[in-house]
Amino acid sequence: MALLEATGVTKAFGQLTALSEVDFGVEEGQLHGLIGPNGSGKSTLLKCIAGAELPSRGRIRFLGRDLTQATPSARARAGLSLKFQVTSVFPELSVYDNVLLALQAQNPLTVLAFSRTRPGLHARVMEILAELRLLDRGAAAAAVLSHGEQQWLEIAMALASRPRLLLLDEPTAGMSLEERRATGELLVPLRRACSIVIVEHDLDFIREICDVLTVLDQGRVLETGTVEQIQKSRKVQEVYLTRV
Amino acid sequence: MPAGSGGRAGVTGAGLAARGVRSSPSPGTIVAALEVLLLVVFALLPLALQDFWVIFVTRVLILALLALSFDLVWGFAGIMSFGQALFFGAAGYTVALLARDAGVTSIFLVLPAALAVGLVLAFLVASFLLLGRNPPSITFVALGTLTGSYAGDRLARGWYYLGGQNGIPSIPPMTAGPLQLTEGVTYYYLALASLIAVYAACRYLVGSQLGLALAGIRINEARMAFFGYGVQSLKAIVFSVAGAIAGLAGGLYAFHEGFVWPNLLGVILYALFGGVGTLIGAVIGVIAIEIVSFVLADAYPTVWPIILGVLLLVVILFRPSGLISLLVPRRARVGIFLVAARRPRRIPKEADDGAA
Repeated sequence: MALLEATGVTKAFGQLTALSEVDFGVEEGQLHGLIGPNGSGKSTLLKCIAGAELPSRGRIRFLGRDLTQATPSARARAGLSLKFQVTSVFPELSVYDNVLLALQAQNPLTVLAFSRTRPGLHARVMEILAELRLLDRGAAAAAVLSHGEQQWLEIAMALASRPRLLLLDEPTAGMSLEERRATGELLVPLRRACSIVIVEHDLDFIREICDVLTVLDQGRVLETGTVEQIQKSRKVQEVYLTRV
Repeated sequence: MPAGSGGRAGVTGAGLAARGVRSSPSPGTIVAALEVLLLVVFALLPLALQDFWVIFVTRVLILALLALSFDLVWGFAGIMSFGQALFFGAAGYTVALLARDAGVTSIFLVLPAALAVGLVLAFLVASFLLLGRNPPSITFVALGTLTGSYAGDRLARGWYYLGGQNGIPSIPPMTAGPLQLTEGVTYYYLALASLIAVYAACRYLVGSQLGLALAGIRINEARMAFFGYGVQSLKAIVFSVAGAIAGLAGGLYAFHEGFVWPNLLGVILYALFGGVGTLIGAVIGVIAIEIVSFVLADAYPTVWPIILGVLLLVVILFRPSGLISLLVPRRARVGIFLVAARRPRRIPKEADDGAA
């Protein structure tokens, strides 16, 4: 059984159809890249999966459960986690508290109110900070991090709840070359813990880390296959030569 | 102050400590010092004051409870509520009716009843305003609660059973066994004990993991849902708890004054004047406004409300973070440090160096 199955997903904004009959699946342990020209519907598909948008038609099943109409909160509790394209860290909170905030999210109210799990969560926060190379920034306010560090913090927060599927919307947007390389190094080991879907513009970056690629064009799936298959695809080449 | 903190948003109690700044006390230390100072002053005050002033300060203590309830919803959960006056008033009328019509005056019944009225009424309002399918805007909740308070005010003024414009006079005194709790030193310490208990509970709440979640909700509510938080449910719970606090204040106020009457209170002004998001700011706001009102009313019996209004406007215009910002500078909202200061502090040594 696939981890995620999106079938016939259509999303229209008034007259504009952003996604049209999209079928998209992710297997357990997969690092799945989602690419396509600007406006091809990549981010919209990710938002439909995470619950930021509800599809106009189609079904989204995750771990066998139908989550098509579920709230973002319910999807997060089911094991879906989204890193937004635009960084949305909590600037006034420390880096440590940003991660703790994400980590404690699924605790019931009685646990939250009496802080019973806080000492237990400390080790996990430190582990995540170390994993994302933010350990030395733990006490700093998130607002003072560089753009690249904020992106890593976003990934750390998305990872905190131990999701089964991590959705990363342009994790290297606005990063320097060095930061992109470092981000690639950070993401590969994460697949041991969860499946990952990455939306990216940087084809070199995505080629190096993904197992499977899905190419979207004008709201439709153009091709799905391994990196090699996609590289050889004439349809994909045409799209990238003519539209990118 | 922190070096290179990158603006006011970059200052947290933990951040300050981590940067090794020692030149001035952290916001957490200043607030803790203020809390101890006020506690000592309030505990000893009846020894030095005449009866009239004991009654005056008792009223301040009860209103501070009401201001705390507003600080909890706005300063910490980011819910702009005009409903605290409704919960305060409803609880006040309820205990007044219990005492007048049912002869129930026992402290063990009337104060829990006041709490329960505030809690249930706030939960009903929250169910209507906060727990819909779509997250409500701040304006929607503000107008919804304002409407509720106004409707309550009109109901009290227009219903003969509630005494109309005159309210309910001559409420029998609250009792504790054979003891009658009338205004004076005993009632003062009852109000002070209530304030201390509620303040300590609020302090614990905002320093808990739930407090961190509330800080997150206030900063970016939409993002919190993607972590898995039931954002609106958490807001409804905090709103209901704050309603219970306002209810307790209403119950205490009714028995202290001996009568209740319809009056939309400027509770929001108390908290904004003192500074929201600190708890102690709300208490300071009540003390300041009540003292200034008293002095002005004595000196200028006819125009004092206008002078007070101008004074409040000036403070809110030039000190939008309230009086507390005179002591805890450069922070629009200081609630965060209460959260940050309570988290585990075992950030490794290199974290301090790196952040310095």
